[in-house]
Amino acid sequence: MNRRTFYLTCIHGIWVLIGLALAVPAAIYLLWPPRPKKVSNWIEAGSVTQLQVKTPEEFVFRRNRVDGWKVTSEKTTAWVVKTAENHVIAFSPQCPHLGCAYHWNSKNQEFLCPCHASTFSLEGAVLTGPAPRALDRFDVRVEADRLLLGAIHKSEEAS
Amino acid sequence: MRTLQRRLIDWIEHRTGLETAVKNFLFEEIPASSGWRQVFGSVALFLFLLQAFSGLLLAFNYAPTPGEAYNSVKYIVAELTGGRLIRGLHHWGASMMIVVVVLHMIQVFIYGAYKKPREATWMVGVTLLLLTLAYGLTGYLLPWDNRAYWGTVVATQIASKAPLVGPYLMRLLGSDDGSIGVVTFARFFALHVLLLPPVTTLLIAFHVYLVRKHGVAPAPGETRPSKKFFPEQVFKDTLAIFAAFAAVFVMAVTVKVPLERLADPTDTNYIPRPDWYFLFLFETLKFFEGSLEVFGSVILPGLALVALFLVPFMDRGIAKTLRQRTVAISLVALAAIGWTGLTVTAIVTTPKSTAPAGDFAAAAVQEWQQLSPGELAGIFYFRQEHCSSCHNLGGGVSKAGPDLANSPTRRPPSWLMEFFKNPPRLIPGTPMPPVRLNDIQLTALVAFLMKLTPESAPALENTPTEAGRGAMVFQENECGNCHLANGSGTKVGPTLNGISLRRSREWIEEQVRNPKAHLPETMMSPYNLDPRDMEHLIFYLLSLPEE
Repeated sequence: MNRRTFYLTCIHGIWVLIGLALAVPAAIYLLWPPRPKKVSNWIEAGSVTQLQVKTPEEFVFRRNRVDGWKVTSEKTTAWVVKTAENHVIAFSPQCPHLGCAYHWNSKNQEFLCPCHASTFSLEGAVLTGPAPRALDRFDVRVEADRLLLGAIHKSEEAS
Repeated sequence: MRTLQRRLIDWIEHRTGLETAVKNFLFEEIPASSGWRQVFGSVALFLFLLQAFSGLLLAFNYAPTPGEAYNSVKYIVAELTGGRLIRGLHHWGASMMIVVVVLHMIQVFIYGAYKKPREATWMVGVTLLLLTLAYGLTGYLLPWDNRAYWGTVVATQIASKAPLVGPYLMRLLGSDDGSIGVVTFARFFALHVLLLPPVTTLLIAFHVYLVRKHGVAPAPGETRPSKKFFPEQVFKDTLAIFAAFAAVFVMAVTVKVPLERLADPTDTNYIPRPDWYFLFLFETLKFFEGSLEVFGSVILPGLALVALFLVPFMDRGIAKTLRQRTVAISLVALAAIGWTGLTVTAIVTTPKSTAPAGDFAAAAVQEWQQLSPGELAGIFYFRQEHCSSCHNLGGGVSKAGPDLANSPTRRPPSWLMEFFKNPPRLIPGTPMPPVRLNDIQLTALVAFLMKLTPESAPALENTPTEAGRGAMVFQENECGNCHLANGSGTKVGPTLNGISLRRSREWIEEQVRNPKAHLPETMMSPYNLDPRDMEHLIFYLLSLPEE
């Protein structure tokens, strides 16, 4: 190896090294998800004592959302149905079609989405309309009449 | 493959002339005497780019307003992978930049490379040195911790003492009365990231253009034929750059950049110190007292700067070899001795904070440390119940509920207790949800709310989470049934104020867990707390000030 090749090898090698030492941490810094903040997954949404069997109620509660360096508290709702004594389910308030807010139509005993007229049964199953799947459900826990809601799970695609 | 690459390069060359430009740059003729001593300029340029890069990455996750700034920096270093490294690179890169820029200047100075026709190159270089220092000054404030806040208070106070222009300078810095707030912060941020970088870039371009125009200064009486910049000098520059980069990288990985408590303008015991490269100026100030102070803070540094600018016009003789430049070398040596002396004195005379078991013993007593355990536990419940989702404490973006520190109507405690249990009964139609706490907990919350005034709210809002929780543990375990803390409780057992001066952390933990181990006769019953409760209780106990 003559002197010139030695110079060239060193120059290229060092710049590749510096480039990697900067690019790799930068990529990790920008792309790696932040370490999760400890925010309780279970949120108290209200009391289940006033719930009537087979009459859905809209529960309004606050949940904490981690937004970068801030934890913001925001208003959230859930449709809660007591399907039988000792059994409560809770639906995400958004229609699985395009995310509109649906409501309970007590005359027809079904959930009705005003955007594209999807309808859902008391258990959340699609009755009519373009909705691709049943209503999404919260994890539910009832402790001493207090309703605790956890994460939202997507329902199975309708076959 | 080879021909494809060639054709691509030819295509680009034909349209842009880039290949010729790069070749002209690399195959620049430089004097045969050039070598290791000329590497500093390239290293400084690299470090500037490193600062731009790391600064940009920080800006991607940084909120440029006081308070938020602190939270976002904390987020960068604590929650983002690689964030601590990026901040480290920016922090230590800044220090390295100062070192290298000064070495660059010393090299030019002792070799007399500023002589005709290179006077302009020198003066642009001195301007770049000032810009580098301006980055340091403005960037120091941006983390908005105690160190940033107080360091900048001193700097702006110095600026305010400048003869004639002082008041105007203060107005430009957004501070009429010498205090530092949102306006000053915005000005510093704008200077640091909007004004300084483009100005620096232009001046660096001009500086490099001038170096190229006049060529690298040859040694006096140089007769050997000149050589090319590439590859030998490029190799030396690259190696020097690598050494500087490696040093910065290792520092960034191994040495934690401090992030102190959130800036606290009420902290009367904080000992402000500027960053190390400003310490000599800080120390110089101590020689001048009273009306002479302006001499040390503004006039003397000002004259030194003018002299530095005019160096090429004061030393106009023909170029001499290094050995004959005894005056220049002596001046550098004197400056180095003076600088080192002042800096070391400043470091040595910085009062040490001597903290026993409690980290609080030496610090100023904060507002929250004077609260009763009940009031302090109230802060915990206030946070636990997310009251701040709907209520401000003395200012901020308006929220659904009233500001609790600035409320026009002050309700009595008994009213608040009733209201919290069932809000619509007292205010029909209120959107306020009931607060689900038992009576003892509600009493604590109300006690805290009664302490709120527009003046006390900001300080109380900064109460550490540990202290609030610790006080809650204290309350729920009814420690106050036997102990006095901040004047609340009974005197059956020892008073707990100032315990940080008497007992260690470990002793207290053992005492709570198994009281008979230390004092066989004690009446105190053991408490089996979970580790987090124990930690926070001890944090709270150690924070109790001496009476």
